[in-house]
Amino acid sequence: MYVAVKGGERAIDAAHDWLAEERRGDQAIPELTVGQIEGQLSLAVDRVMAEGSLFDRELAATAIKQARGDLIEAIFLVRAYRTTLSRFGYAEPVDTEKMAVKRRISAAFKDLPGGQVLGPTFDYTHRLIDLGLAEPGLEVEGAAPPPDDPAAPAHDDLMSPPRVVALLDDEGLLEQERPGPGDGDPGDITRQPLSFPADRGERLQALARGDEGYLLSLGYSTQRGYGRTHPFAGEIRHGAVAVEYVPPELGFPIVVGEIEVTECQLINQFAGSRERPPQFTQGYGLAFGHGERKAMSMALVDRALRSEELGEEIGAPAQDQEFVLAHADNVQATGFVEHLKLPHYVDFQSELELIRKLRDRWETPGQSEMRAEAAE
Amino acid sequence: MIETVDTIEDRARTAGTDTAARQRWMAVLACAAPEDIALLWKTVVAPSAPAVDYLRPAETGMVMTRGRAGGTGDRFNLGEMTVTRCSVRLGDGSVGHAYVAGRSKRHAEMAAVLDALLQSPGSRARIQRGVIDPLAARQAARREEQRRKAAGTRVEFFTLVRGDD
Repeated sequence: MYVAVKGGERAIDAAHDWLAEERRGDQAIPELTVGQIEGQLSLAVDRVMAEGSLFDRELAATAIKQARGDLIEAIFLVRAYRTTLSRFGYAEPVDTEKMAVKRRISAAFKDLPGGQVLGPTFDYTHRLIDLGLAEPGLEVEGAAPPPDDPAAPAHDDLMSPPRVVALLDDEGLLEQERPGPGDGDPGDITRQPLSFPADRGERLQALARGDEGYLLSLGYSTQRGYGRTHPFAGEIRHGAVAVEYVPPELGFPIVVGEIEVTECQLINQFAGSRERPPQFTQGYGLAFGHGERKAMSMALVDRALRSEELGEEIGAPAQDQEFVLAHADNVQATGFVEHLKLPHYVDFQSELELIRKLRDRWETPGQSEMRAEAAE
Repeated sequence: MIETVDTIEDRARTAGTDTAARQRWMAVLACAAPEDIALLWKTVVAPSAPAVDYLRPAETGMVMTRGRAGGTGDRFNLGEMTVTRCSVRLGDGSVGHAYVAGRSKRHAEMAAVLDALLQSPGSRARIQRGVIDPLAARQAARREEQRRKAAGTRVEFFTLVRGDD
């Protein structure tokens, strides 16, 4: 049990003043603007939006500034902020096939309608630190606009290419996702706490806001053999999608804005079961912003969590939905881990007394049988 | 009884407006930067600014966005986004609504007034030409620029056969 303490207001105020000073850093260097963070640390902003589970670039950038770049602290701030806002309602599902793609690749299919579009990617860079970036003004050299490709298709195929996994639809060799009865009628874990077993919709929601590092490690574990998956990156796409919402006073859908998302469709071998023929199955990842590592990790873990549905043997950590989902939220996790540093003086005092009593009995002559027990 | 956005029968009032056209201009206004709207507002709307009755003053809240499993399967809740909404009525009785991404109250107010003006036969053509068309053109140009950049990073991969003998 946690027993509260009081006092220390002056020291706490002074600590927070010092925190503000540390956040500002060297006064001789200009202060960071939120716009700079939004524009130049955009992937940090994306991660805070994804795991903060609130799409608002300026808000996420402000949280990063306030948190001194501690992204989990920034995510915590965003989560706290969202509790102050009312919920107007639920949007229509985004149509990712109509995404205005900046990037779209497939590692399984070489020739695609619309082609492979690399977009702004770290892939194929040499991971050598560009020391030119440390000297302001020198980096503009690399900022030349990419050359136009006059042969590129001008039509919508490039802008919103057709979905890759649909290419094998005719042969039935690749599982196609279709809406079930009631269109999923998805549970909302922000309204109804997760209970187990969780359905696919609740699992995807929990994974979408889950910690990237945690999902990365779990996904990695499935690749190393803890829950066998043999995935191919069927398609990874990143770009903007329109969000439509039906206001009750209008009764028809309207676009309220565009959000950037990253989508990953992994295709996995499936040997078949009594009910289902051998075919490729899917793991799915979708994340706010440009978060390929997140979307891919999510897809690996989503597929691992489908083991039961597909009648596969279950034994690996990534296939255990209670273990995976109950520990995926980094705000919950950091709250419970970090609460250990708050004063626990009363708890500790009572345990100290207990240990003292046990020690006294242990040291008292004639208690040797207890000593023997303890040694076993 | 105080008339609010929940008690007015907006659907009947706007029955004369083509829903598809209204969806188009509302999308353009929602996707536009507030500064861009404000700039056009100054020259097109401000000189003959209508009297505005705020049925629902601008308020910021959230909409829960959704995806589909595998892109095409069952719906799931992806995460929320900030949205600001506003509803207005003009002197001629036309009612305008706005739901726009972000937290800018001014954005929602301007969009709601413009939505109302676009439904009034007297101002529709002027607003369409002076505000919506330029905003739509700017958005189209931005998309075209992105398409060109994407085209510049299109790649053809060749499969190489490795011979060991």
